[in-house]
Amino acid sequence: MKITREEVRRVALLARLQLTPEEEELLTGQLDAILSYMETLDRPDTEKVEPLAHAVDLVNAFREDRVVHEPQAEELLANAPAKENSFFKVPKIIE
Amino acid sequence: MAFEPVIGLEVHAQLLTESKIFCGCSTRFGEAPNHNTCPVCMGFPGVLPVLNKKVVEFAIRAGLATHCEIARYSQWARKNYFYPDLPKGYQISQYELPLCRNGFIEIETGGAKKKIRLTRIHMEEDAGKNIHEARGDFSLVDLNRTGVPLVEIVSEPDMRSAEEASAYLKSLRAILQYLEVCDGNMEEGSFRCDANVSVRPAGSSEFGTKVEIKNMNSFKAVEKAIAHEIERQIATLSEGGKLVQETRLWDAEREVTRSMRSKEAAHDYRYFPDPDLLPLVVDDKWIGEIQASLPELPEARKARFIAEYNLPPYDAELLTSRRDVADYFERAVKTHANPKALSNWVMGDLFRVIKERRLDNALRIADWPVPPEYLAAMVKMIDEGKISGKIAKNVFEQMLERSEPPEKIVRDQGLEQVSDVSGIEKAIAEVLTANAQQAADYRAGNEKIFGFLVGQVMKATRGKANPQVVNEVLKKKLETT
Repeated sequence: MKITREEVRRVALLARLQLTPEEEELLTGQLDAILSYMETLDRPDTEKVEPLAHAVDLVNAFREDRVVHEPQAEELLANAPAKENSFFKVPKIIE
Repeated sequence: MAFEPVIGLEVHAQLLTESKIFCGCSTRFGEAPNHNTCPVCMGFPGVLPVLNKKVVEFAIRAGLATHCEIARYSQWARKNYFYPDLPKGYQISQYELPLCRNGFIEIETGGAKKKIRLTRIHMEEDAGKNIHEARGDFSLVDLNRTGVPLVEIVSEPDMRSAEEASAYLKSLRAILQYLEVCDGNMEEGSFRCDANVSVRPAGSSEFGTKVEIKNMNSFKAVEKAIAHEIERQIATLSEGGKLVQETRLWDAEREVTRSMRSKEAAHDYRYFPDPDLLPLVVDDKWIGEIQASLPELPEARKARFIAEYNLPPYDAELLTSRRDVADYFERAVKTHANPKALSNWVMGDLFRVIKERRLDNALRIADWPVPPEYLAAMVKMIDEGKISGKIAKNVFEQMLERSEPPEKIVRDQGLEQVSDVSGIEKAIAEVLTANAQQAADYRAGNEKIFGFLVGQVMKATRGKANPQVVNEVLKKKLETT
């Protein structure tokens, strides 16, 4: 087994996913299959290969430090489930 | 058993760019909620971040000024966690390949110098702000701060006391302020500090259990919180207790640290390279240009002030703690070369006014309450015997009120010191007549009364008489008549 049910639970918790016991079992099996397939990548010798930082062979895309901005708070907040005076309103956060 | 504290600090400093790190929104503080936002910093689907070049430049400035190696190749990473002030569900930061590494800062405590090593400086985006309503069951979220550029500066665990931690923090802040990359305002949160504190038996080379302290909003708070935490840990261990690795919050009102409910699953940020951003390559030419543009830094300037102006280390330290103050002082010295006297006026009267008027909240004081040339001209008048030190205090206050040069104030109000003997003799004669009893007492051997008589003469001349001349003439008068 490449992944345990315990690990699936932990990853689900970190991703804020609520899984039923059936889903846990199903996903454990599926993830195990995916991870086994990923092992294919272990075959080539990468001893002398630098880790890949980016898939595209480009570097440095900059913008200049200039304010380019149209106030649009109202539109941006339009999809918020709850708001108050142009704040997002969320369930109380306890530290 | 004797214990040794071990302290490392993590500082987050907001960079003084006009626009955010990955979008064109303004970084201005104090706007209406969510005014400075756009689809990029709000993390809408399909948007792409584009790096603000100035952020890289500022971070390199900070790295060079703290003797770091600048990585020619660095990359961006996603730090994944959920919190309402983080709209994307991840913070764009740097992880494996930060921009700056292996630096140091020199600090001085109790006359001893010490190097504090820096592990790294990396760039990242700030999160938004949550406002917790005291009433009701909700919190409010303002994303204006989301995407404001930060550098995170991580020290090695090289500090051994709260005092050293505070000295490190002050040096670091002064450097960033000199570089004009951060305004260093702890109260407003543009310069924030978390501390990792542990203790171990003196002489041991292993680290004890470390506790992270957060929520320290001033230098005082940092010093107190660390001192308190060291005491707490030593007390726990001395009583045979065990410490837990945790995050504790500083409670400034009660002056204690208290345990923060540990976030479930602890920290598991699942960092990975951010595919939205290209690797960052910095060449020698760019680094060279930035190096050439660095100002003289606090440490070097302090040393120069001691050597060039012959100032005590204490004065040099205080005068160079802010770049604008050091500039002010040097402009004044250029007008009139009496560094120690000018230093006294700057550290005393000028600093008092700056504090009263809260001018030091600004990164740079643009409008000085008294221009350096005026202060220098005033000190020159003292040195030339034109006004007394006492009158100068009065002239200083009037310069504050009227922004007029000291020569004009002295002339307009007839404050010139009277050094000519005939004028002083006249005043002395009057004083001796009016205080015949005291004069007789002095002649009878009561020398203490002399000070009283000098005071009377000064009063009669409204403080303008040259005290040295008064002393001489009065003594002569009393002894010969």
